[in-house]
Amino acid sequence: MTKATVPEIGNPPKSSKMNLLQAVNNGLDIAMATDQRVICLGEDIGQFGGVFRATSNLQKKYGRERCFNTPLTEQGIAGFAIGLAAQGSVPVAEIQFADYIFPAFDQIVNEAAKFRYRSGDEFNCGGLTIRTPYGGGIDGGLYHSQSPEAYFCHTPGLKVVIPSNAYQAKGLLLSAIRDPDPVIFFEPKAIYRASVGQVPEGDYEIPLGVAEVVQQGTDITLLGWGAQMVQIIKAAELAAAEGISCEVIDLRSLLPWDRDCVAQSVTKTGRLLISHEAPRTGGYAGEISASIQEHCFLSLEAPINRVTGLDTPFPLIQEKHYLPDHLKIFEAIVATCNY
Amino acid sequence: MKSAAKISPAKRAPDFQDGSALRIPSLQILNQDGSVIAGATVPDLSRDQAIKIYSDMLYTRMLDERMQGAQRQGRLSFYLTCTGEEAAVAGTIAAFQAQDMVMAQYREQLALRYRGFTTAQFMNQLFSNVEDLGKGRMMPVHYGSRELNIMTISSPLATQIPQAAGYAYGQKLKGKDACTLCYFGEGAASEGDFHAGLNMAAVLNSPVVFVVRNNGYAISTPCSEQFAGDGIAPRGLGYGIKTIRVDGNDILAVYAASVEARRIATQEQRPVLIETMTYRLGAHSTSDDPSGYRSKQEEQTWRDKDPIQRMKSWLIAQRWWNEALDSDLQKSYRTEILAELKLAEQRDKPPLRDMITDVYKTVPSHLLEQFEQLEAHIAKYPDRYSA
Repeated sequence: MTKATVPEIGNPPKSSKMNLLQAVNNGLDIAMATDQRVICLGEDIGQFGGVFRATSNLQKKYGRERCFNTPLTEQGIAGFAIGLAAQGSVPVAEIQFADYIFPAFDQIVNEAAKFRYRSGDEFNCGGLTIRTPYGGGIDGGLYHSQSPEAYFCHTPGLKVVIPSNAYQAKGLLLSAIRDPDPVIFFEPKAIYRASVGQVPEGDYEIPLGVAEVVQQGTDITLLGWGAQMVQIIKAAELAAAEGISCEVIDLRSLLPWDRDCVAQSVTKTGRLLISHEAPRTGGYAGEISASIQEHCFLSLEAPINRVTGLDTPFPLIQEKHYLPDHLKIFEAIVATCNY
Repeated sequence: MKSAAKISPAKRAPDFQDGSALRIPSLQILNQDGSVIAGATVPDLSRDQAIKIYSDMLYTRMLDERMQGAQRQGRLSFYLTCTGEEAAVAGTIAAFQAQDMVMAQYREQLALRYRGFTTAQFMNQLFSNVEDLGKGRMMPVHYGSRELNIMTISSPLATQIPQAAGYAYGQKLKGKDACTLCYFGEGAASEGDFHAGLNMAAVLNSPVVFVVRNNGYAISTPCSEQFAGDGIAPRGLGYGIKTIRVDGNDILAVYAASVEARRIATQEQRPVLIETMTYRLGAHSTSDDPSGYRSKQEEQTWRDKDPIQRMKSWLIAQRWWNEALDSDLQKSYRTEILAELKLAEQRDKPPLRDMITDVYKTVPSHLLEQFEQLEAHIAKYPDRYSA
């Protein structure tokens, strides 16, 4: 299932160095330039360009009608954007922090996700994309750190996407905006500026629902998404020094997720470790574990290991202790390989 | 940059406002006997359109009576009537154009009828058969039609309100002579989505007309336990929205207000709120019994203000209608409804595969896999799962 995601252009595409935030901004810019129907809305996203500056200059470039501030109401933003999408626009709504998406939960789960189904395809809001920064690493405490992806992955009708670097952020965002189904696009704010890479300046898309094998290996499969990929790759390096060969997979799309890619890898390595920042109970690693043991039971050499946040609210002063960092992952790799 | 509120007159001592200074009047044009109130302005309404409006009100009453009966007979799982509120719906929908989107709550079947939803289409939805536009997925009364610009009904209350604000904004961006007509009840106006939607529509200048049917009850909860203020209309003013309150059982008052509301929405490109004061004469739904929470006497006071009777009296006074025409029309509607009911009951149910389509634009592989497992299971126990 995994395919190369390099744009198919004869000459090497012109690229420049961007951080993840600039890549998001660039993706939005291209989406708005290539499709008049694309509209950006959210709190502080207008002239100010958003609290993280993801929408910088978009209002100046495309006008207030297509890029505007909303009142401070997440349920209103989601509902308004659903209506826009149903009318034929392609709204990209920003929820300032994923921790504040819950007032919009009903609009997302009961409305956006079910719009096409309940109407028998008379209507849809497939043009909808909701972008929202998620995750820890910024001393944000309980309400500027959460990773609520699993709640949305439990909702048929939504697509859930999380990029882990600048290149992915732009290509996946353009796919999400142009996808015919509503997409929740979680952006790893911890690495908004830290993640820097060469990003093609032109238009390109990375297909949704397809994972990326970041590193080939033979002893264990390490699986994650978003900012957690930084920790996983570091842990894989520590493990390599100990003679353990890790295959690293970046899931990129959580719903639908690329089970074939993961199953193929686990069939080869016989071991699987999944890591996410969100609390363990009910976390998405549980779903992946269940599914992979169904499909790879006879190939498994050890129980599937989960390295996650604790089942607590996200703590402030103990953030470093709470987060599933590279050392916790490394220890879990060793334990799984020695099982 | 404008400051938060408009400059207010200064005070030199604490003097709280309680809203009693603001009494929102209610527009009324017709007396219950069908005569025009002295000094009232009768809106411009042609004979043909008046009869069309009246006929659709009558049809809805017949449909509701028959389908409530069908539910009692066990032929239908659920039903919900518009009884008592026909003028509030007919008078609003009639003032709008076919290109205007309607986003309703669930008690506005009359709006569908007015736009041309057929008896067969009502029945197909109510009986979840293969002809239902919604593919049998939603409970009875969750109608919708792209062709008629009527958004499919959703059960969660008030969710359509911010959506209507967004839909109307999209219409404005496209430069269309079109707006959105959004219905809900006074109970739904307690939901957060009401406040979110009205505020967004006002701030972003969406051409949307909000119609709140203040019908006295949210299931069993009376207005007195729903809000402490003067109904819903003052909230519109609070959000900076042009607002009017009308006698919701007075077809001419509702229509006159709605014509002007549409003009404001489309020409001034801003939202409007209409509060229609009416009464839910029937139960909330077939799962409800109002005898547990309100008196027969109270119901009778409102039965005496029946909006259909009031319009009929006006039509007769205009010499546009008579009792013979009325009884013929009732008979023909009853016959049509019963015949279509029987046909719809007998139509096949939608195919099983409809269960997995439209979750996404295309069916994803994991869902196909789950469906194949289901099919294999059903093949093993065909009797258990036959329709």
